[in-house]
Amino acid sequence: MAFLNFLKPKNQLEEGGRTAAPVQEDPGEPEKLCPNCRRSIPVSRLWADHLVCACGHHFRMNARQRIALVADKGSFRELFATVRGGDPLLFPGYPEKAQTARNASGEQEAVICGTALIEGRKTCLFVMEPGFMMGSMGSAVGEKIARLFEYALDRRLPVIGYTVSGGARMQEGLLSLMQMAKTSAAVKRHCDAGLLYIAVLTDPTTGGVTASFAMEADILLAEPGATIGFAGARVVEQTTRKALPKGFQTAEFLLEHGFIDQIAPRGGQTALLGELLRLHIGG
Amino acid sequence: MSGPTPYEAVKLARDNGRPTGLDYIHNVFQGFLEFHGDRRYSDDPAVVGGVAWLGSQPVTVIATEKGHTAKDRSRRNFGAPHPEGYRKALRLMKQAEKFGRPVICFVDTSGAYCGIGAEERGQGQAIAENLMELSTLCVPVISVLIGEGGSGGALALALADRVWMLENAVYSVISPEGCASILWKDASKAETAAASLKLTARDARRLGVVEKVLSEQNLGKPAFYRGLGNLLRRELEALSADPELIGKRYARFRAFGTNTLKEQP
Ligand SMILES: [Zn+2]
Repeated sequence: MAFLNFLKPKNQLEEGGRTAAPVQEDPGEPEKLCPNCRRSIPVSRLWADHLVCACGHHFRMNARQRIALVADKGSFRELFATVRGGDPLLFPGYPEKAQTARNASGEQEAVICGTALIEGRKTCLFVMEPGFMMGSMGSAVGEKIARLFEYALDRRLPVIGYTVSGGARMQEGLLSLMQMAKTSAAVKRHCDAGLLYIAVLTDPTTGGVTASFAMEADILLAEPGATIGFAGARVVEQTTRKALPKGFQTAEFLLEHGFIDQIAPRGGQTALLGELLRLHIGG
Repeated sequence: MSGPTPYEAVKLARDNGRPTGLDYIHNVFQGFLEFHGDRRYSDDPAVVGGVAWLGSQPVTVIATEKGHTAKDRSRRNFGAPHPEGYRKALRLMKQAEKFGRPVICFVDTSGAYCGIGAEERGQGQAIAENLMELSTLCVPVISVLIGEGGSGGALALALADRVWMLENAVYSVISPEGCASILWKDASKAETAAASLKLTARDARRLGVVEKVLSEQNLGKPAFYRGLGNLLRRELEALSADPELIGKRYARFRAFGTNTLKEQP
């Protein structure tokens, strides 16, 4: 995962992500090329702007960075941190791939769950990790999501979730597919209890995650430019042999077609989530 | 153990000569009345549904339909539903709930259609909504996988109290060709992928994903449909009498994969 190389090590991200870090212009420091405006941006500048380019392009962000950005300082309490997937089908190469993902991301699995305060309001929070097999959903991800909704139901807490996923994890076969049912059933129980669930869809959110808990929130937000869809664009192109419409499967495309509530630029997400939590007090 | 290899099962499951959803509907039930449309956009011919009699019991039946003739297969999009198909199915499920009818689904699809219109009209959202609503539907639901069980597009009609599978049906998170091309950049490794994905009925039974594997002896013959009808009737009687139906459905799906996890100290 090349984009991880410029991200700060985990231990520097735990605290104070929301306030801009001091920017020290270092002539030798690494730069990142923005795929949108083609400008090179010093990494320290990018970090200070929550990995958003001046042109508005949102770079991918790892889960710990997001938690640091959105949660009140020091308020995040991780849950189910030790849960990780096995290799139920003895799928060729899966244990090695999972180990590589653990090493690269520093995480046990492709989602991090916990509780946090956002502008002083307590909420359950899940954040998917793009550095772990592109956030694919196997049994561990499904289990952690389901447990979090059950935990939130027991304590009558809202759930805020950041999604990023290539879909179901094919190395766990049918058991991965079943996680779509498992998570949806857990979301439904939480929903039927009158509790709030807000999803923030980030780039990319596709496949079995889109077709389950990502799309099941009461309020659906998406980061600008994020790819959100069920089928991959390449598969759609191959299946239909047609040129894809401009902006196909972007957040803006979904907004236009009525499938999300708002585009939420990263810089304003904390304030927006805080206000939404205040609007749903008691729910 | 003899029998087809996993990839042979994939080919058998896709065989054009297999009975399709409508064959089951017309032969297992009596007096099928088809209900069309999702009341939102259109009527998806890849999903058929309506009401019928199972003996003296009114039931709602829903099936993906591939069609038999070339023309019909094309009209039905080879059994690959658009969002409207899932929304029609959900409408009929909610109707079944209102009138206290059990729901029986027959699933045979390579998957939800991967098209531009399907994406524009929320394929993912449609499947997600079905999964949520099916998880608490207050009437018994039985789904029978009769051919291809293609990923989320099949699951959207199979979050059920009982899931049964024909012995040569397959059920998979991804097609073996898709898996091979993603993992090994080589679609010709589909045979290896089919074996690795554990997608046969026997595998699904072993994983607990299906309760019953149905013999294909007499497939498509009157005795086959009669036998299936009897099984469905008996199972529905048991399910209808169960006050814990919804809780057990939740537990059924909640358990998948949990015992495969490792908790790191
Ligand atoms: Zn830029």
